[in-house]
Amino acid sequence: MSSTMKTADVVTNTQGPEVSTLSLTMFRFASWLKSPRPYLMMIGFAIVLGFWYLAVEVWKLPRFEDMPGLTEVFSEWFSKDPYYGLSIFTPEYYLHIGISLRRIAYAFLLATCLGVPLGLFLGWSKNFREFIFPLFEVLRPIPILAWVPLAIIMFAGSESPVIFLTFLASFFATTLNTMLGVESIDESYSRAASCLGASRWQVFRHVVIPGAMPYIFTGLQISIGVAWFSLVAGEMVSGQYGLGYLINTAYMMIEYPKIIIGMITLGIIGFATSAMVRMLGDYLMQWRVRELALGD
Amino acid sequence: MNTSTQDNFTANTGARVQEASEIVVSNVSKTYGSGPFSKTVIKDCSFTIESNKLTVMIGPSGCGKSTLIQLIAGFETPDTGTITMNGAPITGPGKDRLVLFQESALFPWMTTYDNIMYGPRARGEGLKEAAKQADFLLAKVGLEAFRDKYPTQLSGGMQRRAELARAMINKPEVMILDEPFRGLDNMSKELMWEYYASLYEEDRNTNFFVTTDIDEAIFLADRLLIMSNLPTSTRSVIEIDIPRPRKIDTLADNQRSNEIKKEVMTLLHEEAMKSFSGGSKAAADFLDAYSKRAE
Repeated sequence: MSSTMKTADVVTNTQGPEVSTLSLTMFRFASWLKSPRPYLMMIGFAIVLGFWYLAVEVWKLPRFEDMPGLTEVFSEWFSKDPYYGLSIFTPEYYLHIGISLRRIAYAFLLATCLGVPLGLFLGWSKNFREFIFPLFEVLRPIPILAWVPLAIIMFAGSESPVIFLTFLASFFATTLNTMLGVESIDESYSRAASCLGASRWQVFRHVVIPGAMPYIFTGLQISIGVAWFSLVAGEMVSGQYGLGYLINTAYMMIEYPKIIIGMITLGIIGFATSAMVRMLGDYLMQWRVRELALGD
Repeated sequence: MNTSTQDNFTANTGARVQEASEIVVSNVSKTYGSGPFSKTVIKDCSFTIESNKLTVMIGPSGCGKSTLIQLIAGFETPDTGTITMNGAPITGPGKDRLVLFQESALFPWMTTYDNIMYGPRARGEGLKEAAKQADFLLAKVGLEAFRDKYPTQLSGGMQRRAELARAMINKPEVMILDEPFRGLDNMSKELMWEYYASLYEEDRNTNFFVTTDIDEAIFLADRLLIMSNLPTSTRSVIEIDIPRPRKIDTLADNQRSNEIKKEVMTLLHEEAMKSFSGGSKAAADFLDAYSKRAE
């Protein structure tokens, strides 16, 4: 009986030794360096920084005259003895970053721990959705800034209103995407599982959770982005320390280079946190990483 | 000709092999929606999936074949009529009737091995025995080298074989396949026909195979059910008495196979034309001319 199939349709490049995550990352990085993408990226940065330099310091264009210039900002930022008292060598700089990061961490973790399960159940149970979702849809479009007074009234102290505002934005993004993730799962997976003898609870664990994972991580990416957005908004009106607070006080004290330092720092840290979320997603979804890697 | 206009599900009381696993569909109807928006998909449909035979169902595309599978699998219930397996009514999905769906339903987040082991693991039964069986089946479907790969790393044909293995490990009494080879290229499709036929010829379990491809149907079937257009009912049943094992290259020259093919094509064209004509005279004339030509 020669029922063993001739492997005529073998995809040859998937045989061979198992690809480790690290070597996959290294391989991607190497091919990224070989592509034109990093150089295009550098040109993009150069254009914006160059325009900033020329507009403020060389051409002195109208409306740009009060702006801090490129050289002024960078020399202040990397100065051992900064004129306005804030550079990468002052502990105060790291205090602002640390406090902001701590608020983000609390808010993001809380939003994830509540939002993911809520989203899973909203997608999973029709009755639960009928009951919660309309309320959710009315609360969600309310801009975070509109919550500011209420947050200050509701929460004592200066710390918790900021965390609450940051949490709120993240929570909506995470919950909604998780729910969409559950809805996106092809019904044939649940049917196949129940056909094979899985209970409803097993279908939830083995099909719904992993199936929704790509959407959950898209949600977490959005969530970390909006978390920074609402954090800065919150820090500008309440609280002490933090990058939003730094920018706002620098504005009031007319220490303009500090505004730009705060902004660039926010950009870099915001990017880093969202990269971390993406890496965690890649780590948890090996099957997807490999699928995408083949498509490259 | 063994053609009868209605499937006779009481006639087959002949030879029963050791494990009888017969599914009887009798007078089943299914309507979706209600009021003016309702659509009757299946009407008064009866047939038997005989024990230890490969029954193939063929019908114009868009007729209620997939709905019938949902009913037999137990995902949905008929409005009227009954579906029984070995005399007992079907109440829900179960591992005695495993379904291979049109699209690959391998879990993308599990490796080939974990996919195959899913059934025994979910039911928590005989894991040691199942692990042995899984390795045996991996070899049998030619996927040992792909044991730890994810489904997206397999080609279409390999995915279908992995899915066959995932079903076979549960030793289902009845295997239900819903156009399983649709979307494969012709080359892998023909390989899969021969492969699937050889698997069937090995143990002769009860199989129910749904397709729209006439060549596929004739190559595989012991019994061929030809379905009418919407609302679906059994139009005709043909016993395919071509000896096994069957091979693609010899089947093309087989006189009997060509006769059956002509007959099936005529019936299917009539059904397809019904939906096409929708009562128009021109189309009815065309249909008439067509059936004359076929004679």
